[in-house]
Amino acid sequence: MTQPEGLFGVTGTGDTSGMGGLVRNRPVQLDAARPYGGWYDEVVDALEEAYPGFSDAIERVVIDRGELTLHIVPAKIAEVCQILRDDMSLRYELCSSVSGVDYIAEERRLHVVYHLTSMTYRRRIRLECAVTAAEPHLPSVTTVYPTADWQERETYDMFGVIFDGHPNLTRILMPDDWDGHPQRKDYPLGGVPVEYKGAEIPPPDSRRAYR
Amino acid sequence: MSNAGYAQERETTEGKVFTVTGGDWDSIVSGVDPMHDERIVVNMGPQHPSTHGVLRLVLEMEGETVTEARLVVGYLHTGIEKNMEYRTWTQGSTFVTRMDYLAPIFNETAYSLAVEKLLGIEDQITDRANTIRVLMMELNRISSHLVWLATTGMELGALSMMIYGFREREFILDIFEMITGLRMNMAYVRPGGVAQDVPDTAIAKIREFLDFMPKRIKEYEDLLSGQPIWTARTKGVAVLDVTGCVALGVTGPVLRSSGLAWDLRKTMPYCGYETYDFEVPTQPEGDVYARYLVRLAEMRESLKIIEQALDRLKPGRIMVEDRKIAWPAQLALGNDGLGNSLEHVAHIMGQSMESLIHHFKLVTEGFRVPPGQVYVPIEGPRGELGAHVISDGGTRPFRVHMREPSFVNLQAIPAMAEGGLLADVIAGGASLDPVMGGCDR
Repeated sequence: MTQPEGLFGVTGTGDTSGMGGLVRNRPVQLDAARPYGGWYDEVVDALEEAYPGFSDAIERVVIDRGELTLHIVPAKIAEVCQILRDDMSLRYELCSSVSGVDYIAEERRLHVVYHLTSMTYRRRIRLECAVTAAEPHLPSVTTVYPTADWQERETYDMFGVIFDGHPNLTRILMPDDWDGHPQRKDYPLGGVPVEYKGAEIPPPDSRRAYR
Repeated sequence: MSNAGYAQERETTEGKVFTVTGGDWDSIVSGVDPMHDERIVVNMGPQHPSTHGVLRLVLEMEGETVTEARLVVGYLHTGIEKNMEYRTWTQGSTFVTRMDYLAPIFNETAYSLAVEKLLGIEDQITDRANTIRVLMMELNRISSHLVWLATTGMELGALSMMIYGFREREFILDIFEMITGLRMNMAYVRPGGVAQDVPDTAIAKIREFLDFMPKRIKEYEDLLSGQPIWTARTKGVAVLDVTGCVALGVTGPVLRSSGLAWDLRKTMPYCGYETYDFEVPTQPEGDVYARYLVRLAEMRESLKIIEQALDRLKPGRIMVEDRKIAWPAQLALGNDGLGNSLEHVAHIMGQSMESLIHHFKLVTEGFRVPPGQVYVPIEGPRGELGAHVISDGGTRPFRVHMREPSFVNLQAIPAMAEGGLLADVIAGGASLDPVMGGCDR
């Protein structure tokens, strides 16, 4: 990512105060190792047992802040969701949320994040798929979770991820003839300078930047 | 045509298109050759008083029966999620509060809980802050349900219900104004605690509210429950069973009115809800009438929670101790709204250089949040309100996504409306209680 440059040609944080102690350091979360502890093992074991293609489909397992994340090979996402929903020891009946994230620094920068809820066992799980911006395809999960319909449309609208097999993949929040996908990180925020009490206030994305 | 002033018509490749802005429906449809095409497409909205804001419904009709319903949303899209990536974590509160404008406290709480989880300071949130959050959320739940009752009453012909509903809601908004300085969009719940303490005058006012509200809920019930028109318009209308709800992602009172007691306050508690004594009301029918009963019962349960919260409100801090996160200013209510207290301004401007630097750094630059992602769901008045928040370690969110119940629940309208009557589309849609500000964000 390029270093942000703000007003007065300031680069970086522009911090000259010596109060940099507002930073809280925390190690970057790496892959979790077995045993995960708690119910995480139960869920991953049950999925491994019920799903023959487990080792091909799961890229990583991350447990962070008490939340279980499975990184899934994009092509397999619908299969994995089907198993997670139907297997009696998993029973993720509710697809709470589908959304996108643009990790612009990564090669496969567009991530699609699914939050599933098991009402039976009162557990949650996060599935994450990463695709490239050049080839942003992955199967739609609408056949498994009909509620994903609009949320996949929103992810398409905002990030340009194409969900193959979606019944009606059109823009939902932006106008139909809009160019580009607004929530990608390389899409500018936009805005115009505003005059306030004689001073000109620049739009938020060109003000002094902190990191 | 004689009514050309009201209904302009033009020929298109798909047939004759009328633009209806008023006038007599019969004289408009009499202009259409009845044998030409049995089906007629009615475009309802986006500016229609019964669509709760700017929601557009495209209905394919056969006589009075809806054969196909399609929804068009996005008219209120304001790019809140994108904007938040350019503001500090604390400023995020002022953005999320504007999403679902009938439930601002819930948006703020979901967002703040997510940021606190990212920071790893959930345990440091003081009891008083948690109790105030619960208190405010339940007041907000009642005010949101009151708007639902008021607008739905109006849409189904019970006009007095609208007056009564808004009257009581106004009282709650007055309480909010006493506590936060604002009636709506108050950015009161912030990462780390709440913006300022609850004054004693507000507590007295809440007690007054607890006093008269049960009688008022009884009044609404007397007004509507046995009313023949109300029951005819709601019983057996827009039925959605548990399977349908879960498949379509519908949560909240709509799911509970089809018989499943799924309430995150009970099933996955947060903010100490597990310590409060309350019931989760359900109904087996899954129709509009059941949703009405569930919401009435929920208001009563919320009153119970508010009473308990008031009783356990002990003096104490309302922000975390951690000076690297806690907002430095002591906010005070002035003539022109909420702002820095004069003592605080005098302190940083006249006495302590370090306090000034501290204030300046934390207010302009903000605190940093360790990298990672969390998803925190809470039980909003419309269902599961989830905040998916991602940090890259900076002073601003890398990405914030709100799982808005209005957005998800609206998908159920075709399932409820198709095969029913046009008039029932209004009742069914209203029973979901969609708020378009939340839906479109």
